[in-house]
Amino acid sequence: MSDAPVMQATGLQRHYNVGGGLFQKSRVLKAVAGLDFEVHAGKTLAVVGESGCGKSTLARMVAMIETPTEGSLTLDGKPVRAEDWADLRQSVQIVFQDPYGSLNPRQRIGTILMEPLMINTKLSRADREAKAREMLKLVGLRPEHFDRYPHMFSGGQRQRIAIARALMLDPKVLVLDEPVSALDLSIQSAILNLLLDLQERLQLAYLFISHDLSVVRHVADDVIVMYLGRAVEKGPKAEVFDAPRHPYTKALLSATPRAEPGAEKERIKLKGELPSPLSIPDGCPFAPRCWKVQPKCRAELPRLRGQPHGAACFFPENGTYPE
Amino acid sequence: MDDALSTEAEMVHARPGRLREFWFYFRENRGAVIGLWIFAAFAFLALFGPWIAPHDATAQFRADTLVPPFWQEGGSWKYILGTDPLGRDMLSRLIVGARYSFFVGVVVVSIAASGGILIGLIAGFAPQWLDSIIMRIMDIILAFPSLLLALVLVAILGPSLTNAMIAIAIVLQPHYVRLTRASVLSEKQKDYVTSARVVGAGYLRLMFITVLPNCLAPIIVQGALSFSTAILDAAALGFLGMGAQPPTPEWGTMLAEAREFILRAWWVVTFPGIAILVTVLAINLMGDGLRDALDPKLKRS
Repeated sequence: MSDAPVMQATGLQRHYNVGGGLFQKSRVLKAVAGLDFEVHAGKTLAVVGESGCGKSTLARMVAMIETPTEGSLTLDGKPVRAEDWADLRQSVQIVFQDPYGSLNPRQRIGTILMEPLMINTKLSRADREAKAREMLKLVGLRPEHFDRYPHMFSGGQRQRIAIARALMLDPKVLVLDEPVSALDLSIQSAILNLLLDLQERLQLAYLFISHDLSVVRHVADDVIVMYLGRAVEKGPKAEVFDAPRHPYTKALLSATPRAEPGAEKERIKLKGELPSPLSIPDGCPFAPRCWKVQPKCRAELPRLRGQPHGAACFFPENGTYPE
Repeated sequence: MDDALSTEAEMVHARPGRLREFWFYFRENRGAVIGLWIFAAFAFLALFGPWIAPHDATAQFRADTLVPPFWQEGGSWKYILGTDPLGRDMLSRLIVGARYSFFVGVVVVSIAASGGILIGLIAGFAPQWLDSIIMRIMDIILAFPSLLLALVLVAILGPSLTNAMIAIAIVLQPHYVRLTRASVLSEKQKDYVTSARVVGAGYLRLMFITVLPNCLAPIIVQGALSFSTAILDAAALGFLGMGAQPPTPEWGTMLAEAREFILRAWWVVTFPGIAILVTVLAINLMGDGLRDALDPKLKRS
């Protein structure tokens, strides 16, 4: 495995114009306001954060569904631009959260799996079918499922089909947009194990988007914690989970249930609501909800500092803000 | 992982095929089933009318003009539903006339639906400005009283059954456009369309292969319902002398020809009227049943 990242993002931003009626000026919503990350082959980068923090927008930019407003994305060192999407599509595929909406109800499973090959390759029908059947086996479905319709499957099986479709083009990067959030707990683990298994076999790079920290703890190599479109903490999984630096990360972690009965539990309750993404306060976006807020936090925006484990906080836990 | 897989497999219960499920819901609506049978009879007459009819539809029996139906005094079994002022057998004309009405329905619905679906798909996928232009044009067509617009079009094109069908098709088209666009817009939001895009599907593929099959249910219902509208409008145009021309035994034209004999011979207007009424009613009932059976919101699981 080489050390060069498969995908690299620098200063990735996506803004939306909101409102803008007859008598109203449209306002800019910064769904993603500057994000840097790298995804390596065979590794999983997890992005966590509460709803509305820009996780899904990030997924859509990486999967080339939306163009970034600013910043750059490179794939294997080559820049990803809207003109080249058609050529680069095969390398990045996506699995959606809702397995009931992501499969065309009028297509058979076989057709769903063969469609990517039909569009992008010149394989013969027999070759396409052979590949699709092989993939069906790889994701743990039976050959007789080939001719069935999506409504005949359970949520977990549908998610397997969605994963199979995403893998049909041999992508390098797989974007997983909350792939297990819509599933039963028992099936979640089966799907997660399937994903880990596939990653090991195919050396896939995962961009794993989730709000479920226990899931992230299970699959991630590196973690980015997002808050209102910005990364507030970034680092290797073990360090982020064991020694969180940003207060927000600490609060998130304290809110996840632990499977250790004896463990001391100190739940940090955040005050207030998530600010509207349309009017993000000056300074640190987390300042209004932070329990250790200082005047400096309200005036100045902290940058994400520190490698490999960094946090965007002037007064981090377990460390100091490098000036 | 294998354990989890087997439990997953058990959770899948067999569901009946689409067609059987459809029939199950359709059967619940008795009116719709009756409508379906009447429609089947109507279609049968349309196909085999000339071979079933007791007489030639245009043959004039000059000795027997305005003969009443068989159960009235002066009626005979030779002309079961009587004859018209020119001595043509009413029953034969009605049976052969089914063919014209059916033809009008089929042609009008296919023209209006194919054009409407195409324009609706384009409007649904087009950038906003094109969408607005298309929809405003459709709004203008919808703003005219439909029969009046059809009349104007026939007056421009010249009175004949073909031109009447074209005019009616144009008048009915906006309904399909609106319906298709609305379903396209709601389907387009779904993840399966996005994943088809991520896989690299082009616009044509997205429109016709990914999205269109999922929009068909309301369009089928609209097709059934506008079948009856087309028959009704064609009859109205025929009555006004703008549709089929005599001696064509088209039901609306038959009504128009017999107008002056309403008081003397009730059967010459009543039977074509009843034929139109029954056919349109049957098709509407069937269309309602179709809607109930195809609309997932009305389904009980």
